Amino acid sequence: MTAPEPTRSQPMTVTEQAETPAGGSHEDTPLLDLLSGFIIELRQAGLPVSLTENLDAMEAVTHIPIEDRDAFKYALGATLVKNHSHWRAFEVVFEVYFSMRGDEYTLDEVVEGEGPEGEPGPPGEGSPQGGGGAMSGLTPEQLAEMLMKALMNGDQAMLRALARQAVMRYAGMEPGRPVGGTYYLYRTLRNLDLDGVLEGLMDAAREEAPEDLTPLEERLERDEFSDRIEQLKQEIEAEIRRRLVADRGVEAMARTLRKPLPEDVDFMHASREEMADLKKAIHPLTRKLAVRLVRKRRHGRKGSLDFRNTIRHSLSYGGVPAEPKFRFPRPAKPEIMVVADISGSVAAFARFTLHLVYAISGQFSKVRSFVFIDGLDEVTRFFEGVEDIGEAVHRVNTEADVVWVDGHSDYGHAFGVFWERFGRDVGPKTTVMILGDARNNYHASQSWLLKEMQHKARKVYWLNPEPRAYWDTGDSIVGEYSTHCEGTFEVRNLRQLEAFVEKLV
Amino acid sequence: MGFRFEDVDGVRRSLADANYLADDGIAGIVYLADRLGKPILVEGPAGTGKTQLAQSVAEITDARLIRLQCYEGLDESKALYEWNYKKQLLRIQASGDDSGWSEIEDDLFSEEFLLTRPLLEAIRAEDRVLLLVDEVDRLEVETEALLLEILSEYQVSIPELGTVAATQVPLVFLTSNATRELSEALKRRCLYLYIDYPDLEREREIVLAKVPGVDANLADQVARIVRSIRQLDLKKSPSVSETLDWARTLVLLGINKVDAQSATDTVNILLKYRTDIDKAVKEFADRPDDLVDDGT
Ligand SMILES: Nc1ncnc2c1ncn2[C@@H]1O[C@H](COP(=O)(O)OP(=O)(O)OP(=O)(O)O)[C@@H](O)[C@H]1O
Ligand SMILES: [Mg+2]
Repeated sequence: MTAPEPTRSQPMTVTEQAETPAGGSHEDTPLLDLLSGFIIELRQAGLPVSLTENLDAMEAVTHIPIEDRDAFKYALGATLVKNHSHWRAFEVVFEVYFSMRGDEYTLDEVVEGEGPEGEPGPPGEGSPQGGGGAMSGLTPEQLAEMLMKALMNGDQAMLRALARQAVMRYAGMEPGRPVGGTYYLYRTLRNLDLDGVLEGLMDAAREEAPEDLTPLEERLERDEFSDRIEQLKQEIEAEIRRRLVADRGVEAMARTLRKPLPEDVDFMHASREEMADLKKAIHPLTRKLAVRLVRKRRHGRKGSLDFRNTIRHSLSYGGVPAEPKFRFPRPAKPEIMVVADISGSVAAFARFTLHLVYAISGQFSKVRSFVFIDGLDEVTRFFEGVEDIGEAVHRVNTEADVVWVDGHSDYGHAFGVFWERFGRDVGPKTTVMILGDARNNYHASQSWLLKEMQHKARKVYWLNPEPRAYWDTGDSIVGEYSTHCEGTFEVRNLRQLEAFVEKLV
Repeated sequence: MGFRFEDVDGVRRSLADANYLADDGIAGIVYLADRLGKPILVEGPAGTGKTQLAQSVAEITDARLIRLQCYEGLDESKALYEWNYKKQLLRIQASGDDSGWSEIEDDLFSEEFLLTRPLLEAIRAEDRVLLLVDEVDRLEVETEALLLEILSEYQVSIPELGTVAATQVPLVFLTSNATRELSEALKRRCLYLYIDYPDLEREREIVLAKVPGVDANLADQVARIVRSIRQLDLKKSPSVSETLDWARTLVLLGINKVDAQSATDTVNILLKYRTDIDKAVKEFADRPDDLVDDGT
């Protein structure tokens, strides 16, 4: 397949020349240059864009005008993003690369006199209510009132204009300042006091209602207003991003905003937002994994020929054994014991691993789980007969009795307790999974306990959420422990966790 | 070659006329699929209108819908074609001893003994068709390979007959519930469309379009409540089909204003898991002040 040159000449907007790489060939329209930079950035962000997909995207944009920004975005998305969990990352890059495209999206004031790169754009055109200009004369009170009204009526165009105005007034953005978008966002939001606005909207709704709002109605009103406020926030964020792009250029901004994909987020350093994404990702992931494992078990191996069954079926073919039937062997399912450090920095890792293991517990003849910090507690009971694994994991974190002396990890002591109380349950069918960073706070390692364990158990695996480069530095003694394990694995993210669990079955 | 659609908005409007409410993404990608001559792989939560989209697009393009429902164990003989060996056996028996084997063999692998299955049928069709490969994620990975030739070349190779190529490029939809990751090779060949739960307005429109006897007010309430429920942390969020079932039930019961009581009484139509139901009921019955407190 060849990539046809787009025939349509794309209208240009303000910042175009600034981002066109110097070495771009002459036949290419600037749009194609922008697009190839865009795709390079997607790859940098970890999205697997193949050559075919690259070409498809180039063809797609010849059919959808860039002015229709949403359609344009979906067209690119459809050709370049084939995994929904990558959509967020795609959107961020899209915003950076294409936020300055299309009339509606030109900046009003900021671009003027913005250094050598940008030419001044058409002033204030296309933005509703005159964009920044018309509103700049308002007092803060008048502005707040307009905001309230726009939110009350769900007036999208007005909200967008107000978002711009708010950023211009409150964000305090200055060209060349080395601060991130979150700082500006924070400043803008602080001035708008959106929590107060929400309460104001609720009061207004209560007043307007003919009778008292029922709890249900309250709830619905609140959700509706929160939704509108959320949209406003997004407009504000987008506006800040546009201005940052204008100031710093596309590539620099893309680099600043680059975030790992959910499956690559480090358990130990996830931000709150990333943690929320991880939590969302875990459910579909376990479901996929479960389905895959069940299938593997059923189909992976063909058993011996089932003679009788074959003959029975051959009757319908006049005695010709046309359809050989096989017996499916049932390989013995392993028995799992998870022993997890749940102290501070590794807690998230333990949670996700427990979640995953229990989600596929059908693959094992038995799963028991133990958590520790310096003391150890069996937590199998939290998972018994529950529908909601997430809930059970939450209880483990809040209710398990894991502190012995001071609540700093003591692997040696925890292993001691484990061995003394549960060692007799470890047998030749047991696979033990130990989770933790093996940072032992310079306590005694007691690694002979692991040696004993390895003798009795079928397999002992160690899963460490730290990057391999940090192993055995400082108080980490994973090397010493791993001499008594069948395998020691770096498991820093969902991708690695999934790979390990799949191997385990 | 003539295209099926004028522009993106045209797609959206025709679909709306056929009672399918599309957003910009859906309409844009259907339009693009027509322009690029590429299949669409549709993913998304259960019951968000993936299958319906293919059916509705067939309707508005006047195409005959050919559907391959995938399941575990589906193989070539059910998806593509099969030789009718019973008939072949009869043919061999009938031929007696006098005719030569090579003659019989030629005869055996001719049209007459070919059983056409959906994929081949779509390729050979003379009339306008739309091919729907439903729930493709249920296929085993190896079987998925069967689709590749069709999806990129719109042709099928039959060793005994040669290559059968399509005379027209049909629209092709594949749906998946993402129970497993599809192969890169498959994804590369398709445009990707993720249909999520609809936003408030679209869901309201869907309810209005699909539920006889529902008024605008009730549709609005239903859509709002469903949106709020979807914000809870649930095992399984209500799908569009469940929204529709719920709206139908409310209409049947003659309820035109949903309050906490009627919501609680009927919520089992929206939610399937006990824990989810409990969560929702609790949310709706509690005093708002409590909600503000634990909503943080
Ligand atoms: N956008 C829409 N417009 C009109 N009806 C819709 C829309 N989306 C969903 N529906 C209705 O919702 C129901 C479920 O749709 P459908 O069966 O196509 O879902 P699905 O995504 O294929 O689900 P599954 O994953 O379970 O196969 C159908 O009755 C369909 O008509
Ligand atoms: Mg379906």
